[in-house]
Amino acid sequence: MLRLEARREPSRAMLLLTPVLAVALTVLFGGALFAALGKDPVAAMRVIFVDPLFDPYSRSELMVKGAPLALIAIGLSLGFRAGIWNIGAEGQFIMGAVAASAVALAFYDVQGLWLLPLMLVAGTAAGAGWAMIPAVLKTRFGANEILVSLMLVYVAEQFLIAMVSGPLRDPQGFNFPLSRSFHDSAVLPVLMEYTRVHVGVLVTLLVVIAAQVLMSRHIFGFRIRLSGEAPRAARFAGVDRAHVTWACMGLSGAAAGLAGMFEVAGPAQQLAPSLPVGYGFTAIIVAFLGRLSPPGIVLAAAIMALTYIGGETAQFALGIPAAANETFRGMLLFFLLGLDILVRYRLVPKRREART
Amino acid sequence: MSLLSLRGLTKAYPGVVANSDVSFDIAPGEVHALLGENGAGKSTLVKTIFGLVRPDAGEMTLSGRPYTPARPGDARAAGVAMVFQHFSLFEAMSVAENIALGMEAAQAGRDLPARIRSVSAEYGLPLDPDRLVGDLSVGERQRVEIVRCLLQEPRLLIMDEPTSVLTPQEVEVLFATLRKLSAEGVAILYISHKLEEIRSLCDRATILRGGRVVGSCVPAQETAKSLAEAMIGSALARPVAKSHAVGGIVLELAGLALPSPDPFGTSLRDVSLSLHKGEILGIGGVAGNGQEELQAALSGERRVAPGMIRLRGQEIGALGPNRRRALGLCTAPEERLGHAAAPEMTLTENALLTGLTRERLANGGFVKWRATASFAEAIVRRFDVRTPGVDHAARALSGGNLQKFVVGREVLQKPDVLVVNQPTWGVDAAAAAAIRAALVTLAAGGAAVIVISQDLDELMEISDRLAVLAGGRLSAPRPAASLGIDEIGLMMGGSTVKDAGETHAPA
Repeated sequence: MLRLEARREPSRAMLLLTPVLAVALTVLFGGALFAALGKDPVAAMRVIFVDPLFDPYSRSELMVKGAPLALIAIGLSLGFRAGIWNIGAEGQFIMGAVAASAVALAFYDVQGLWLLPLMLVAGTAAGAGWAMIPAVLKTRFGANEILVSLMLVYVAEQFLIAMVSGPLRDPQGFNFPLSRSFHDSAVLPVLMEYTRVHVGVLVTLLVVIAAQVLMSRHIFGFRIRLSGEAPRAARFAGVDRAHVTWACMGLSGAAAGLAGMFEVAGPAQQLAPSLPVGYGFTAIIVAFLGRLSPPGIVLAAAIMALTYIGGETAQFALGIPAAANETFRGMLLFFLLGLDILVRYRLVPKRREART
Repeated sequence: MSLLSLRGLTKAYPGVVANSDVSFDIAPGEVHALLGENGAGKSTLVKTIFGLVRPDAGEMTLSGRPYTPARPGDARAAGVAMVFQHFSLFEAMSVAENIALGMEAAQAGRDLPARIRSVSAEYGLPLDPDRLVGDLSVGERQRVEIVRCLLQEPRLLIMDEPTSVLTPQEVEVLFATLRKLSAEGVAILYISHKLEEIRSLCDRATILRGGRVVGSCVPAQETAKSLAEAMIGSALARPVAKSHAVGGIVLELAGLALPSPDPFGTSLRDVSLSLHKGEILGIGGVAGNGQEELQAALSGERRVAPGMIRLRGQEIGALGPNRRRALGLCTAPEERLGHAAAPEMTLTENALLTGLTRERLANGGFVKWRATASFAEAIVRRFDVRTPGVDHAARALSGGNLQKFVVGREVLQKPDVLVVNQPTWGVDAAAAAAIRAALVTLAAGGAAVIVISQDLDELMEISDRLAVLAGGRLSAPRPAASLGIDEIGLMMGGSTVKDAGETHAPA
C-alpha cells in the first residue's frame, strides 16, 4: 500500500502538474459518466474539448465566455490568497449587470460616448457594494463570509427578476420579463467583425496584467499573501485583517460587477432573467485550476470556456443533459482540491511491518 | 536483570543520523537520566521506545522479551508510559474527561474520578477530577498527564523535560513523586539538560551527543561541570563581557494593562518599567504568566492606551507595529513558524515581513525585491544561517537556523529598543551562544534590549537587571548580579501561588 509523507518544501513540479492531472482525471471519470448515460464517451470528449478549437466562430466564443470567467476569477483569487472566501461572485455579477442596465435604460433616448463609462462605474460599484455586505458583517460581527456571500446570490437573483418584471421591463414587451434592447451608445464596441468579441475582453486582459503586477511587485499583494499564509505573522507585520478583508471582498465584487456589466452590454444587450449562467460559481473553479495566479487563471478560463461551448454543443448534438455538464465541472474542482495534497506530501510505498 | 534493554538502535532521517548504535539498559526502579543537548537525539530515542518512531536497525527487549512497539498503544499495553514536554489536553474539558480520552476505552469506567482521586492522593499530586483543564496552572496540567500515566500502572515512565515549565518549588513536589514511584519498582527514563536536577534525582545517566552514546555515569559522583563537558564535548563561545555604560531612559511602561481576549489567557496588570539605553533587562517567569501578552503589547499587535508605552518620551501605545518599527522599537516573538516568520514564504519574503519600514524596502508601494534579497542575504551571512539560499522557504530551515534569522533580522535593523521572547528556545548550544552574543553586542552599541525567557541560566548570564512576570504582573527589576537563583524562584513561585485564583479565572 501507499502512505503519505510530508515534503520539506512544497513541490513546484506538483504545483504545476496537479491541474493537468485533475483535467486528465476529469476527462476519464467524465467519460465514464457519459458512458453510464448511454452516450459514446470518446465522441462526447471530442465534441467538448476538440471540435470548438477547429471552428472559427467557436474560437471567438472562447474569448467571449472565457473573459468573464477570467475577470471574476482574478478578483476572487485575491481573496482566496488571503483566506477570504467570497463564494457570492454570481450575486455580485448580477448586481453589476442590473446596475449597468438601469443606467443604460435611464438614458435610453440619449446618445453619448460617456454612457458606457457611466455604466461601467455603476456596474463595478454595484458589484463591490454587494460584496461589502458580507465583508462588513464579517469584520463587525464575525459573520461567516462564505455563508453570507452565498446567500446574497439568491437575493440578487430575486432582485434581478423583480427588476425585469417591474421597473426595467420593456414597456412594449407584451409583459415578458425582459428589458428593452440597449441602443448603440450602451453596447460595447465589437473588436472582431462577425463575432461577439467586445472591448471587455481587452479590459480583462489589462486587469490580468494589473493583478499580476499587484501580486508579485506591490506591497499590498505581499500583505494579501502573508495574511493567507500566516495570519499571526501578518498581524506581526502590521497588516490590518479588516482592511485586507474589505479590500479583497471589494475588489472581487468590483471585478464580478464589471463582468456583469460587460455581459449585459456585450453579448446580451438587454437584461433578462436568463443572463446569469453560473460564471460566478465556475470562476471559483477557474481560480483554483489556475493556481490563483493570473497567467494560470487565463489558461484555466480558456479550458472552462471550452467546456461551456463544447458542453452546449454536446447537449444538442449528443443529447447529454445540462446537469451532466455541471457535474463534469464539479468533478474538475473535486479532483483539483483532492490532488492538492500531492504538493505538500508525496506518496511512498508503505512498508509491510508498519501495518502489523 | 534489566527491565528495558536497547541494543544498537539506529535511526537516520534524510540528511541527519538522529541515533547511531545506541545501547543501554534500564533496571526496574531505576531513575535513568538521558542527557544531551538539543539535537543530540534524545527525542528520537524516546519516540522509538514509545512506538512513535521505527528504528532502522537495532533491537529492544522488555523484561527479556523482544519489544517492537508499532504504535504508542502497543507501548502502553506493554507497560511503557510517557509524559510529553508539550501537553495534549483540551482546555474546555474537565480533568477526568481529559484523562479518559487518553486511555483505552475499557479502562475509562464510571469509577474513573474516584481512581483519579486515589492515585493523585497516593502520589502527592493533588488534583480535582471535575475542574476544567483551562483553569489549571501549567504545573497542575502536568499532573493530569502524570496521573493519566500512573492510572495505567506503568513499569517504565518516560518524562521529557518535565521541569522546563515548573517553578523550583513545583519541581520538588514532582521529584518526591518520582522517588516514590522508583521505590515501588517503576523505572523512570528522565530526559533533561538541567544538570543539577539530574545529579539530585537520577541513579544513572546515559549521555548522548550527535546521536551516539558518549558516556555513562552515576550523576551523584559527577560535578555539574564534568557532566556539561561530557554533554557538550567542546568549549562554547561565551558572550562578550558587559563593560559598557548604561544611558538615559529610552522606553517607559506606565501602568500597562491588557485584558486577555481568551478566557484561559493571562491579563497584564499594572506593568511599569523604565528601560535604559545600553542595558539588557531580563524578564523571567513560568510560561503562560503574560509573556506572550507583553510581547504583543510591545510589538503593537495589541494596542493599549497611548500613554501606557512611551518611546523616548513619545506616546506609542496606540500605534501599530510598523509605526513603532519606524520609531526604533523592534520585536522578535517566541513562535518562529507562523508568528515571527511565514512558514511557506521564502527567506527574502520573510526579511520583508519586518524589514519593510526601517530598511526602506518599498518604493511607492512597489517592493524592491533585489534590495530585499540582499537584506536577507546580509542576515544569513552575518548570523551564519545555514541555508542553501534565501529563495528557500522558512519552513525548510532547522529551528536554530530560523531563530538566528529571526533575531538577526531585527538586530540588523539597528533598533533603539529590541524585545525578544524566548530567543534561544529549542536552539542548539552554539546557535544560542551566537544569539546571546548578538544581543549583548547590540546593547553595547547603545540599544536597550528586553529578553523574555524561561531559561534562568540564560537570563543570569546576559541580563543587567532582572524582573519576573507572574500572573500578568511584573516585579520590580533588580540588578542581576545581586540575585540568586533561589530568590528568583521564590519570586516566580510565590506570586504564582498567590495570584493563581484570579489569574486563571475566566474573564
